[in-house]
Amino acid sequence: MMKEELETTNRPDNTAFTQQRLPAWQPMLSAGIVIPGFVLIGLAFIGIGVGLFITSQNITVLEKDYTGVETTSDCYKCSNPSDKNCTCKLEFSLSNLFEGPVFFYYGLSNYFQSQRSYGASKDEYQLSGDLDYFKTPVSACSPYQYDANQKPIVPCGSLANSMFNDTFKLYQIVNGTKKLVPFDGKGIAWWTDYNIKYRNPSVTPLKNAFNGTVKPSFWSKPAYELDTSDPSNNGFVNQDFLVWMRRAALPDFRKLYRRITEGDYASGLPAGNYSLEIAYNYPVLSFGGRKKVVFSNVSWMGGKNQFLGIAYLVVGSLCVVMSMVMLIVYAKFKFPEDD
Amino acid sequence: SLNDVVFPPTEEERHLRANDRELNLSYKYADNAIKTSKYNIFTFLPLNLFEQFQRLANAYFLFLLCLQSIPEVSSLPWYTTVVPLVLVLSMTMAKDGSDDMNRHRCDKQVNNRQVEVLVEGDLKRESSHSVFLILLSSSSRETNLKVKQALTVTGMLEDSVEKLSNFNGEVRCEPPNNRLDKFTGTLTLKGETYSLDNERILLRGCTLRNTQWCFGLVVFGGPDTKLMQNCGRTTFKRTSIDRLMNVLVLSIFGFLMIMCLILAIGNGIWEYQEGSKFAAFLPKGVNAPFSAFLTFWSYVIILNTVVPISLYVSVEIIRLGNSFYINWDRKMYYPKNDTPAEARTTTLNEELGQIKYIFSDKTGTLTQNIMTFNKCSINGKSYGEVRGGTGRVDFSWNNLADPKFCFHDNSLVEVVREGNPEVQAFFRLLALCHTVMPEEKKEGELYYQAQSPDEGALVTAARNFGFVFRSRTPESITVVEMGELVTYELLAVLDFNNVRKRMSVIVRSPEGKLTLYCKGADTIIFERLNPSCSNLTEVTTLHLNEFAGEGLRTLALAYKDIDPEYMEDWKLRHHVANTAMDEREEKLDALYEEIEKGLLLLGSTAVEDKLQDGVPQTIEQLSKADIKIWVLTGDKQETAENIGYSCNMLREEMNEVFIVSANTAEEVRKELQTARRKMTPDGTEEPTVKKSRSGLFCLQKTETVADEPVNGEYAMVINGHSLAFALEKDMEIELLRTACMCQTVICCRVTPLQKAQVVELVKKYKQAVTLAIGDGANDVSMIKAAHIGVGISGQEGMQAVLSSDYSFAQFRYLQRLLLVHGRWSYLRMCKFLRYFFYKNFTFTFVHFWYGFFCGFSAQTVFDEWFITLFNLVYTALPVLSLSLFDQDVNDWWSFQYPQLYTPGQLNQYFSKRAFVYTVLHSGYSSLVLFFIPWAAMYDTVRDDGKEIVDYQSFALLAQTCLLIAVSIQLGLDTHYWTAMNQFFLWGSLSVYFAVIFTMYSNGMFLTLTSSFPFIGTARNSLNQPNVWLTMLLTSVLCVLPVVAYRFLRILLWPTINDKVRGRGSTHLSLDKVLPPTPRRVQARRTSTRRSGYAFSHAQGYGDLVTSGKFLRRTPKSRTTPSLNSAFIARHRIKNENTVI
Repeated sequence: MMKEELETTNRPDNTAFTQQRLPAWQPMLSAGIVIPGFVLIGLAFIGIGVGLFITSQNITVLEKDYTGVETTSDCYKCSNPSDKNCTCKLEFSLSNLFEGPVFFYYGLSNYFQSQRSYGASKDEYQLSGDLDYFKTPVSACSPYQYDANQKPIVPCGSLANSMFNDTFKLYQIVNGTKKLVPFDGKGIAWWTDYNIKYRNPSVTPLKNAFNGTVKPSFWSKPAYELDTSDPSNNGFVNQDFLVWMRRAALPDFRKLYRRITEGDYASGLPAGNYSLEIAYNYPVLSFGGRKKVVFSNVSWMGGKNQFLGIAYLVVGSLCVVMSMVMLIVYAKFKFPEDD
Repeated sequence: SLNDVVFPPTEEERHLRANDRELNLSYKYADNAIKTSKYNIFTFLPLNLFEQFQRLANAYFLFLLCLQSIPEVSSLPWYTTVVPLVLVLSMTMAKDGSDDMNRHRCDKQVNNRQVEVLVEGDLKRESSHSVFLILLSSSSRETNLKVKQALTVTGMLEDSVEKLSNFNGEVRCEPPNNRLDKFTGTLTLKGETYSLDNERILLRGCTLRNTQWCFGLVVFGGPDTKLMQNCGRTTFKRTSIDRLMNVLVLSIFGFLMIMCLILAIGNGIWEYQEGSKFAAFLPKGVNAPFSAFLTFWSYVIILNTVVPISLYVSVEIIRLGNSFYINWDRKMYYPKNDTPAEARTTTLNEELGQIKYIFSDKTGTLTQNIMTFNKCSINGKSYGEVRGGTGRVDFSWNNLADPKFCFHDNSLVEVVREGNPEVQAFFRLLALCHTVMPEEKKEGELYYQAQSPDEGALVTAARNFGFVFRSRTPESITVVEMGELVTYELLAVLDFNNVRKRMSVIVRSPEGKLTLYCKGADTIIFERLNPSCSNLTEVTTLHLNEFAGEGLRTLALAYKDIDPEYMEDWKLRHHVANTAMDEREEKLDALYEEIEKGLLLLGSTAVEDKLQDGVPQTIEQLSKADIKIWVLTGDKQETAENIGYSCNMLREEMNEVFIVSANTAEEVRKELQTARRKMTPDGTEEPTVKKSRSGLFCLQKTETVADEPVNGEYAMVINGHSLAFALEKDMEIELLRTACMCQTVICCRVTPLQKAQVVELVKKYKQAVTLAIGDGANDVSMIKAAHIGVGISGQEGMQAVLSSDYSFAQFRYLQRLLLVHGRWSYLRMCKFLRYFFYKNFTFTFVHFWYGFFCGFSAQTVFDEWFITLFNLVYTALPVLSLSLFDQDVNDWWSFQYPQLYTPGQLNQYFSKRAFVYTVLHSGYSSLVLFFIPWAAMYDTVRDDGKEIVDYQSFALLAQTCLLIAVSIQLGLDTHYWTAMNQFFLWGSLSVYFAVIFTMYSNGMFLTLTSSFPFIGTARNSLNQPNVWLTMLLTSVLCVLPVVAYRFLRILLWPTINDKVRGRGSTHLSLDKVLPPTPRRVQARRTSTRRSGYAFSHAQGYGDLVTSGKFLRRTPKSRTTPSLNSAFIARHRIKNENTVI
């Protein structure tokens, strides 16, 4: 037979890619993997869940509402918004040592820091110390961009304007006398916020940078006088300001106010009676909000949160149960290997 | 006055004058240039952008962009929309640009194929492929399929340039139309008017044969040519997935509006109840309804990810990729003519996996259109049976033998060389009784031009066995009989026609003996035999049955000696009849009938109509895949049936094969009804028609005729004449019902138009995906009508290929195209769509849930950069690799289990139902992905007591959970993990972490303060164990239910795919195992179905052969063409349009 040499210029390349023969791993949902997999995941989850649950149980939390809705509350008298410079007291007692370090939080409910226009109402450039934006804040700050006299507001915007301004003092009642529990307000904000994101303009004294600007209308003091006791804790790098400006994701939130780490209270709050003096300035009742204070210690998993531990336990148990169900179904309905 | 008529609005008549360019140009008839390109350098950008923004999706995104520029509404920065939009626009632009470059190149090639520029009225030498000519004169010699003959008056022009350039005839003719078989016009020359008809016309696309030159006048050019007019408007084909996607996208829009409305109402209520009181900190100055109105549009912006712009681009990319696989497939490459498969349309791939009906041409598609002389029975002895490797018979003793001829039975050569008189008479008959034209280019090198390949095969067989047909004149036939030159006087040719089913010649041998040689259908010949042959007839009948049982085409041969005196008388009467003015045909028929009597049987021949390789196996595979195959052929019924048997579509064990060949509408209806009642005796008389609405806004009304169950296997053969009645409005459903109950449907003698009508009928009432496959111009209409058209390439005549969507060289590649490429494409596309909708719905729903925690203020949950990059960067490549590489089982198993194909036909992988499941699944996932982080982070703090539930940390947590969950889901959907899949999946996750650490870095914040406010978030929250534990929990909760569900489903309701996958996975290296070749079922039939078919369907050329009009007396004087040249062109329309 004659065989001509065939022209094969159009013959496609013989590669694994063009011929769709790429080597591949073809995993199957086989019983040998799925059922033991479920058991293992289930057991691991139960283990983690137990750990989380115990950890969470060991965290002590003390929450006290001081909005003053109930007439029995001492703060009821301050709940009238027209009443300025009102102070009220919140008394409580600890039967055991509240292990330290203890963190002291204030909490707000039904407060929508997550609202879009509220969150957007700030000027990143101004807050990073750009003096150009001291004169002309961005329009996002509106209506807290300029005051009635067209003077720029610094810091501008709703977020800054609405800064939480209740102040707290904690006393331990020792033999009828009040003993001040020292608060540590340093380093309560994120390191990056304090060192990079927020910066004061490099003008000394700081006050001069604010010439020609006005303080936010809601504020009682200008930004450069937020902390009279510590000159370095003023302006945009004031710790309370930084904490407030890191807006919350959810309408119920708490924010770190102070840490109790010093002196006699370094190891925690001893058992006894305490009195918390509150300078009640911040109105929340108009929009149905609530204010609270929280004492809490922390663990490796952060604050107290029962959910995660319970969820792990439930999911873990479900996995184990599911693996049993699958095992039964597998034993009953396994299709014959060759049909 | 003629010049006044300039471009009439509707052309009523075409008027041209030869060699008068000015006049002809004044009409502005279409020139021959073909322009398919759309842009030039300057119009590209504006035109392309304009076109792109006409697409609904792009226009929608432009609208979103406008919304975003309104500060009160803008909930997302501009770049979230601009980046994807620019990317999509530029990608589409690049594709359109390169497409148009190709078109420019193509146009250039097409328009420069002929050096001369043709304008109507120009005289044109030789055939061009793109014009439509009136034949003036030609040189020609032999005949082939269609006779084209110049007018005598123009034929006299010959090839003299001088005469031609002085030719100034005027042509008036019909305006351009699409009728291939009709042409009316007149030629006015020197005051005389000559009529022009179809015989004077050369059509664009025809192949000229047997001529060295021809001169013509261009009548229609470019788009006016009959071929182009016949192509029909190329409708843009869309796949059913496309249509479904449009419906879905529309309902998603509706869904989006509902979500936005709910959130807007929520916002209204919130503003009224809370917002207005919260005003101490956030004075708004707007009332609740207006705020709700603005919020509505803000949410339209945020939630637009349910209809992501990247969807359309990704779908295009996937289809393109899967088309390339078809082009690259070596198993669809035909080395014999170096033809690879080609996906000419790159937008229909997934439809290849849903084919329910295949409409196939026969000649050139199922068969090779090559006939081989395979067997014969001579004087009661059968020859040709291959007995154990005798090999090819050696014909070297015969120096005129055709080297390509192949025969395996040596005994026949032995008897013929021994001088057996019957065998010699047998081959003498074959050498004399035909209308073949010989061509002898060099001494001893013979070429036959036969009207049908059967005739060619028979004459070639005679040639090889020592009876070489050498030359013919109108009065004589010269044959070399065993090396001896013998010239027979040809007295009459009694030509073939459909009624006679036989042809005869009457010749006078040099010795003066008068003989009639006759060949024809056995039934016809047997009726006319001398009673003395009865024994031989019996034996021959046995042989014929045997041959027919093997699917061979048979003919019976007989002869008769004639008394010279009777012949004289007959010839006189023949002459009278031949010149009679009325009832000429009838008179001639009676004369023929009279003389073709008392014949002596010589034997029979068996010719094999060679099927293409692998056709029966392919058909078997495809029918296992539940694909119904209908053969639509222009061939006559017997041939079509024969092929049906030989490629296993018709089987002896079938309960019944219904033949519908009635002549009136009523009879056709009756036959159809009878057939249907036989198949379903207790079926309903009325068809079950399901009326529904589909399409966008449910504007399309569809009627679907339900499939009816049938016991047993049936087949139907219907001829074109009956089909014409059956396709009438009032009978089409009857036809469809009956036809669809049959396993096999063969329509024979159908016209190209009917082919398209049949396809349309099934498309209309079955709502099933159809595929048409063919190779010739007569298949173009059906290729265009079907959802998918496939052209057989690598042969002459490319019209079928040019109008097809896919082309390859061999019918058998169809199974690979459908069962492998089609199935994979469909699977991949469905997986892609399901996953894509899943991931985007999940993404969007999380925003919806967060609405309840941000005062419905259209606050995004995720970082804006994440929103921008989620579809384009983080998830684009993994899902593309899924939809380009995934295989549920490899090609080997796909062939082993053709049943794997059926889910596609039933739309099982992606339908409205599947879509709803997907949405529910994403609803669940989004609940997990939002509320688990919510609950886990509620009121908690970092391990150093600092903030962790701030907005930015929560956003980071939610988006990371989402990305991990959708990535794992992708992993679950991936069945075929190539290195690319791994690389893209892990790569995308790594890119995500790299990007967030970069974007949240000090450097980025210091450079672009306002764009990257998330500084430090990654560092501060990703070092917290509870963040990671939350991610783990969400991932497990998203994924494990799916794993459990799938595992249980495989156990409880395993699909064929699961089973095959289960087996396939156990042997991964299957490349070594060769698929067992399905046994070639060669049913030995005992029935008497057989076909006398050594003829073309049309009237033969007996007249032409004997007329002497065109034959040169001596074969050597070919340099001087005769005056009145006839011209024979062979159309690719393989005589299928000359029916009845």
